[in-house]
Amino acid sequence: MIRSTNLVALYTVARREIVRILRIWTQTLIPPIITMTLYFIIFGKLIGSRIGKIEGDFSYMQYIVPGLVMMSIINNSYMNISSSFYGAKFQRSVEEMLVAPMANWAILSGYVIGAVARGLVVGALVLLVALFFTSLQVAHPLIALAAVTLGAIIFALAGFINAVFATKFDDIALVPTFVITPLTYLGGVFYSINMLGEPWRAISHANPILYMVNAFRYGILGISDVSVGGAFVVMLAFIAGLTMAALQLLRRGVGLRS
Amino acid sequence: MSAAHTDSPPALVVDNLRKTYRNGVEALKGVSLTVQPGDFFALLGPNGAGKSTLIGILSSLVNSTGGDARVFGVSVNRQRSEAMKLIGLVPQEINFNQFEKPFDICINEAGFYGIPRKLAAERAEKYLKELRLWDKAFQQAREMSGGMKRRLMIARAMMNEPRLLILDEPTAGVDIEIRRSMWHFITGINAAGTTVILTTHYLEEAESLCRNIAIIDHGTIIENTSMKRLLATLDVETFVLDLTATPAELPTVAGISLHRTDERTLEAEMARKQDLNTLFTALTNSGITVHSMRTKTNRLEELFVRLVEHGRREPGRERVA
Repeated sequence: MIRSTNLVALYTVARREIVRILRIWTQTLIPPIITMTLYFIIFGKLIGSRIGKIEGDFSYMQYIVPGLVMMSIINNSYMNISSSFYGAKFQRSVEEMLVAPMANWAILSGYVIGAVARGLVVGALVLLVALFFTSLQVAHPLIALAAVTLGAIIFALAGFINAVFATKFDDIALVPTFVITPLTYLGGVFYSINMLGEPWRAISHANPILYMVNAFRYGILGISDVSVGGAFVVMLAFIAGLTMAALQLLRRGVGLRS
Repeated sequence: MSAAHTDSPPALVVDNLRKTYRNGVEALKGVSLTVQPGDFFALLGPNGAGKSTLIGILSSLVNSTGGDARVFGVSVNRQRSEAMKLIGLVPQEINFNQFEKPFDICINEAGFYGIPRKLAAERAEKYLKELRLWDKAFQQAREMSGGMKRRLMIARAMMNEPRLLILDEPTAGVDIEIRRSMWHFITGINAAGTTVILTTHYLEEAESLCRNIAIIDHGTIIENTSMKRLLATLDVETFVLDLTATPAELPTVAGISLHRTDERTLEAEMARKQDLNTLFTALTNSGITVHSMRTKTNRLEELFVRLVEHGRREPGRERVA
């Protein structure tokens, strides 16, 4: 069987990324579990018990689980790719790939697969932890799986672009701190945008995380603040735009080739 | 050059290659040179001359702003992937993930070239053993010494079994024993048919290993010829003579400049065509006994300094033999 250079290269990058995640599992897999467990205890149990039912028959704990799972997926896929790719730039080991005959799409896809893998593993672990606090029935499993996968891909691509432009480690911390965290908290993780008055409800529609959280919440609980079809269109549009941007940056060698 | 290469295109043709960085620095000013298949080629030049930029363009880490390079007839600009399959690069700086194991570093490198994992594992074992790194193959690379890391980069560059191996100062900071073992390995793969381009600041290394040479300075090739022909242009040689006793008086010998550097050491500067018997006869007649003798400087080093200095007096001069 003739094996394509790029498929072998893609497999190599993805495998290396996954091996890296497992090698440093105490940094990549455990911290998000601890953080999310604290969220479940504080917001779900302690505060949530006083809130009562939300959006019908769901307890506040049940309501926030999809949002928190998506939040951990977003953060981990973003952080994985931005720290790994910037680390490769910093150590110059990225040159191993740049001097090889592999295509740019293989580099990008390999890193994205690694980031998505970490995001989904962390998401699954967070979901398991959530089951210690509440019961969940998955309403639409395929929609739930598609939502988390697309959400992880979007933030993996965004993290890759961040790493391409980064010139120091501080640069890969700026976007999560000043962009992703605020958008996540305002993206309907902890509340329904139906609880907001105008213009905040309308403004919330400009937040891409709102669509990811609600698509996943629909997959788990069967409820959503936005049209689920529309949410998938938004996510696919983001993936298309970010993929083109990342490939263009690689083609031009921005931050990578002199 | 082996007979197998007779009909091959040149291993490397660099054609009017130019590079101007965004800050306006013109690193290459239209460099042209040719390396034949099977050659062991030295690319020399002072720091900042343009060597690393040239190697960066050949390995596609640097985008040229003019001209092209062809590796065995394959254009680096237009057929990058095909050209890269033919090249192995040993860079100047350590550029692998130091938290990975040497075996994994080699396997992954092979993967980037599309080499299946099973074959990659066989090659990794072969080259790590040949470079005496097998006992470190499954430890983290950061635990290795500087010399081992440099050998690891050679093993890694061999994973795609390149037809053209480019070594950018591979022996920098390496002790002589390891350096010799690296020379042994590199001459072995060259003898097996791999074309080698070497940059180094150890000029005795270039002199003893390389058959052809280019000297680059200020982004311009100032010499491109065979090592033999270049060394033949050196018309004057200086010998250092260690004496058994302090001489009372130095003899005068036609065509030879003799002067004392300390109590028991003489330096004799003479034309290369002049025989040494004349010198020794004159010394013997003066009652001077020579205990030992050596050349003062490496011949290539002397030529290199002359060429670079001459080139700087005549900017823009290019001479290609």
